[in-house]
Amino acid sequence: MEKFVRLDGLVAPLDRANVDTDAIIPKQFLKSIKRSGFGPNLFDEWRYLDVGEPGQDVSQRPLNPDFVLNQERYRGAQILLTRKNFGCGSSREHAPWALLDFGFRAVIAESFADIFFNNCFKNGILPIVLSAGEIDRLFWLVEATPGCRLIVDLERQRVIRTDGETLPFVVDAFRRECLLNGWDDIGLTLRHADLIRAFEDRRRSEQPWLFA
Amino acid sequence: MPQTLYEKLWQDHVVHQEADGTALIYIDRHLVHEVTSPQAFEGLKLAGRKPWRVSSIVATADHNTPTDHWDRGIEDPVSRLQVETLDANIREVGALAYFPFRDPRQGIVHVVGPESGATLPGMTVVCGDSHTSTHGAFACMAHGIGTSEVEHVLATQCLLQKRSKTMLVRVEGVLGKGVTAKDVALAIIGRIGTAGGTGYAIEFGGSVLRALSMEGRMTICNMAIEAGARLGLVAVDEVTIDYLRGRPLAPKGHLWEQAVAAWRQLHSDADASFDRVVDISGDEIRPQVTWGTSPEMVVPVDSCVPDPSSEPDPVKREGMERALRYMGLRARQPIREIRLDKIFIGSCTNSRIEDLRAAAAVVQGRKVADGIRLALVVPGSGLVKRQAEDEGLDRVFRAAGFEWREPGCSMCLAMNADRLQPGERCASTSNRNFEGRQGTGGRTHLVSPEMAAAAAIAGHFCDVDEWQ
Repeated sequence: MEKFVRLDGLVAPLDRANVDTDAIIPKQFLKSIKRSGFGPNLFDEWRYLDVGEPGQDVSQRPLNPDFVLNQERYRGAQILLTRKNFGCGSSREHAPWALLDFGFRAVIAESFADIFFNNCFKNGILPIVLSAGEIDRLFWLVEATPGCRLIVDLERQRVIRTDGETLPFVVDAFRRECLLNGWDDIGLTLRHADLIRAFEDRRRSEQPWLFA
Repeated sequence: MPQTLYEKLWQDHVVHQEADGTALIYIDRHLVHEVTSPQAFEGLKLAGRKPWRVSSIVATADHNTPTDHWDRGIEDPVSRLQVETLDANIREVGALAYFPFRDPRQGIVHVVGPESGATLPGMTVVCGDSHTSTHGAFACMAHGIGTSEVEHVLATQCLLQKRSKTMLVRVEGVLGKGVTAKDVALAIIGRIGTAGGTGYAIEFGGSVLRALSMEGRMTICNMAIEAGARLGLVAVDEVTIDYLRGRPLAPKGHLWEQAVAAWRQLHSDADASFDRVVDISGDEIRPQVTWGTSPEMVVPVDSCVPDPSSEPDPVKREGMERALRYMGLRARQPIREIRLDKIFIGSCTNSRIEDLRAAAAVVQGRKVADGIRLALVVPGSGLVKRQAEDEGLDRVFRAAGFEWREPGCSMCLAMNADRLQPGERCASTSNRNFEGRQGTGGRTHLVSPEMAAAAAIAGHFCDVDEWQ
């Protein structure tokens, strides 16, 4: 996993609540057995005017000019600003894979769905929760400022606006460490292999029907 | 100190805890399907790791598999590769049980797990599928995980977790005629919202829950994720134990006795306290129909599509307006006037034998309305299908003009050929009415099996309560 320490990136606003993982990456693209290549189909049904299928040459597809990510001013955005309950629905990790492949490294929202939130941390994407008021003000700022950038400082746990205002956020200490260092958490867990084995042995003797 | 069911289950699975409360949780049962596992098996292999405990794995192919012409195999080459990849991975790694495509016991992973007895009370159950919450009906700590976590469980038999807050949703009273577990689930989501359960483990209780069968309890726990909760729970009682007795993978003989004694402890203590309690009157729940593109956009069948102009919150109002545009509906339109193009009875929410019986009872001796282009019944598993056929339900559906299909996820998420065309409107017993969920541009209304069956016959929504 790529480290996440500090990001200075362009912000794209997606002004909707309850953006679900079906919208982030529609099901027809879940047939892939790879982890990469989902970026061209991120938000496929909103981004293109035709029906997307795996294996298409996306450069030939008609773009929806009204969709925010198709607008020139947001080209190259690395921070997605959105509303509450982002990533609800399916557990598909293809959703963060698609965001990452498109170029997003951070998502700022009022709240996130649990499984999506978890999946972000496994892929070097930082999901940041800010209050509804802070989110509202960021939407105004981004709208009013072409080329609006934000600095996301994970070490100090703050989002810094170009006008200098800082917005503190909270991340679990363990997840923060993993992101800052780009740690593979399977490797971390396996350091406790002896504890797992001991737990398992005790469980097997106490509740043998679970191991039949 | 008195504990909630969730706290008991949590405590029983903590292997190790970090200073910030992040815990290593032991996983008893790992359910695997073809869509979210290939990258996990590949990752495991690339890292040179072996699965920790193969006998925890139960696998089946369900999302991509076709529901007709099984003799032709899987015609879509991309889907076929994914299913063959699962075959190859399980062949190489092994599993406690594997129900591959066309196996008589193949089916939707959340139907197959409980019916085979692979899901047992007190377990942690995970699967790379958000509807894993279904298994909480058996007092399991059961939730969906992403592919990285699938790999983590394969490699370590554990997951890194933070403890959730606890919520009790208490549904007291008696359900009216034509009101089902699905309506209870939708009414709960309508009340607390799709983010209402975020960060919580929801325990469902009250006299309504106690009176439900395991099938009904599974329907409600299945939809816990649609309320934002990663997991739903129902305490163990005689209904749970009766359901499990004799299941192929359930314990036998003295182990059964020992297990049952332990399972009887799996309930919240009488004076346990929850972080939040929601009380719902079961008597007041009417058959529900979703009108929008989120499961919280739901109303009783005898009411009208809401009017966005009466919504004070601007973000919500815009969401409602967008939903109405997408759904092709107008504000204040009576729900009963909404006409359907397709009907789907199936999915991990509502494809079990009890669901099919209830739908068949509505359909019996009647014909699907002329305007309906396709009415599908997709049993949740091969065993459900066989039992339904033994009871003659397939003949009831076929005689009415329904198609009787092979088991799988089918038009719940439309990864196979079963889908809506742009603009088509469907009464569906599935769990998500998101934009494009059942096919690009498709319009989904979530309902119970009875309501879907009645809509198929009438051609529009109608109140099963008044069904003669």
